[in-house]
Amino acid sequence: MAQQTVTVEPSDPSGMPSSVRIRTPARIRAMRISGRVLTYLILWLGSFVYAIPFLWMVRTSFMRLDKLFEEPPQIWPDPWIWQNYIDMWETGPFANWIVNSLILVALGMFGQTLISIFVAYGFARTQFPGRNQLFVLILASLMLPGHVTIVPKFIMFRTVGLLDSLWPVALPDLWGQAFYIFILRQFFLTLPVELDEAAEIDGANLLQVLFRVVIPLSKPAIATVAVFNFINKWNEFFEPFVFIQTPEKLTLAVGIRWFRTQYGTEFQMLMAASIVSVAPIVIVFFFAQKQFVRGIALTGIKS
Amino acid sequence: MTATDMASAPTPIRRRRGILGWTWKETQGFLFILPWLFGFILFLAGPFFFSFFLSFTQWRLVGDIKWLGFENYAQLLSGEDTRFVQSVYNTAYYVVFHVPGVLIISFIIAGLLNRKVKGIAVYRTAFYLPSITTGVATAVLWYWVLQPNGLLNNFLDIFLKPLDIQAPNWLGSTTWAMPGLIIMSFWSVGTTMIIYLAGLQGIPQHLYEAAEIDGAGWWGKVRHVTIPMMTPQIFLTMVLAVIGSFQVFTAALIITEGGPADATLFLLLYLYWNGFRFFKMGYASAIAWILFFVILFLTIVQFLTARRWVYYEGERAG
Repeated sequence: MAQQTVTVEPSDPSGMPSSVRIRTPARIRAMRISGRVLTYLILWLGSFVYAIPFLWMVRTSFMRLDKLFEEPPQIWPDPWIWQNYIDMWETGPFANWIVNSLILVALGMFGQTLISIFVAYGFARTQFPGRNQLFVLILASLMLPGHVTIVPKFIMFRTVGLLDSLWPVALPDLWGQAFYIFILRQFFLTLPVELDEAAEIDGANLLQVLFRVVIPLSKPAIATVAVFNFINKWNEFFEPFVFIQTPEKLTLAVGIRWFRTQYGTEFQMLMAASIVSVAPIVIVFFFAQKQFVRGIALTGIKS
Repeated sequence: MTATDMASAPTPIRRRRGILGWTWKETQGFLFILPWLFGFILFLAGPFFFSFFLSFTQWRLVGDIKWLGFENYAQLLSGEDTRFVQSVYNTAYYVVFHVPGVLIISFIIAGLLNRKVKGIAVYRTAFYLPSITTGVATAVLWYWVLQPNGLLNNFLDIFLKPLDIQAPNWLGSTTWAMPGLIIMSFWSVGTTMIIYLAGLQGIPQHLYEAAEIDGAGWWGKVRHVTIPMMTPQIFLTMVLAVIGSFQVFTAALIITEGGPADATLFLLLYLYWNGFRFFKMGYASAIAWILFFVILFLTIVQFLTARRWVYYEGERAG
């Protein structure tokens, strides 16, 4: 693939130094076309490789158990059945898991996003002693791996009797998350201060400036944070897994593991449950691709 | 310091003094960040130091906390606990193959997507979705893919059958379980890929034109323009990938439960077992702190060496 480099032509018509490599138009066109064909070929193959486990999962979720281990494997389920989805719904406390996940997501998307907005606004638009030092602390907490605090948090929530509920999962994150604060602050800094000042001259206080000027202008950044929040909360695994024991109190991301222990061999149900857990993510990603890509790109731009 | 900045501002009109001698505006600013500060102290800084204290003790959640001094650390670092040694080895094995693999694969995919291809959204979705799939779903899926007669072996048999070689029993063998999990980890390259794609789109076209005039071919441009311009993104993703890969957990928990024969026992899994299965809170905290120091050390090393190879365009101008 690599060696599409060019011929060296010492006799140069344009009088450039002979070390310069020149390509003939025909060669260039041939190279371009073969390069593009190769690009698409690798992309098709690559995305096929990345998509096929998903497709396999969808296929398996519609298969009858006794057809699962057939040799050679069926490509298309025959017979195509919906029964796995019904079984899955009836065997586990599936509705509870979905409700719990939604509670967590709602708290994240609204509570955590709103508080992150407040904090980011404080850092972007106000002055007070120690502000810069506190911001360094936020950046430092971005680097702190979560596992260091899991044991003490477990002890803490056990002491106050909140274990085995959604509280230990939801509460610590509610107070604004470092990464979201960072994204929002960077965005707020790009808004012209003159707008704030104009509003202040009109008699608006800081809160009014935030809600009437800054938030309406920051919709893209806020949408990015909300989408990130949705996906992170929906997928959160380690903390609910450690803090919650009762099956009915689990979230969906942890709950589907239940099918593995209870029904170790019934893959078709496990696959159906997995699809239900992935579906909202796929839908959110499909509609919010732009916000998502922008948010991730933002992290890469300035570290 | 910031207070004096305020004082030197052109019109220091309002100087109403509140608590701490701050102006009303300064107090308001502080109130905005107060929720975060509250959460930070209660749920991050507090537990952080408490965990450090616990790592010097023995405590099983009931009874008194017993002070041990460095005993937990001595037991871990002397190699007395062979399962801990095994989990360090496994984690290092994973990091060494996972990090470069993910960076290279993401770079190639991003490079291809950057070539003004049609239908970029479709490809981007295909490559990105695995990274945002629920961990358990991913694990379940790959448990299936890595079965002796699973998807991967069905594919490998196309090449191996004619050569009369048996495809590996990925999850059942101590040799192949780890490579299996590493291959699985290459499925989630989406975030790195999108950071690279954004970086690639930010490289000014004139640099490529200049390189072409200098006679650079495809590889020359990649080597002398793309890679140097991408070093900030490569650095960032490398730091994040190292931090993330040391905390690999879900895959091993769901798929192998650390087995076979501890072949996929990762550090975080061992921490989890000690803390929440055996309820050895002190010992688990000591493992957490060793893990933390290893990650911190590697991050600092990466930052120190970064000066040699990471190129920031802003620095040259400034």
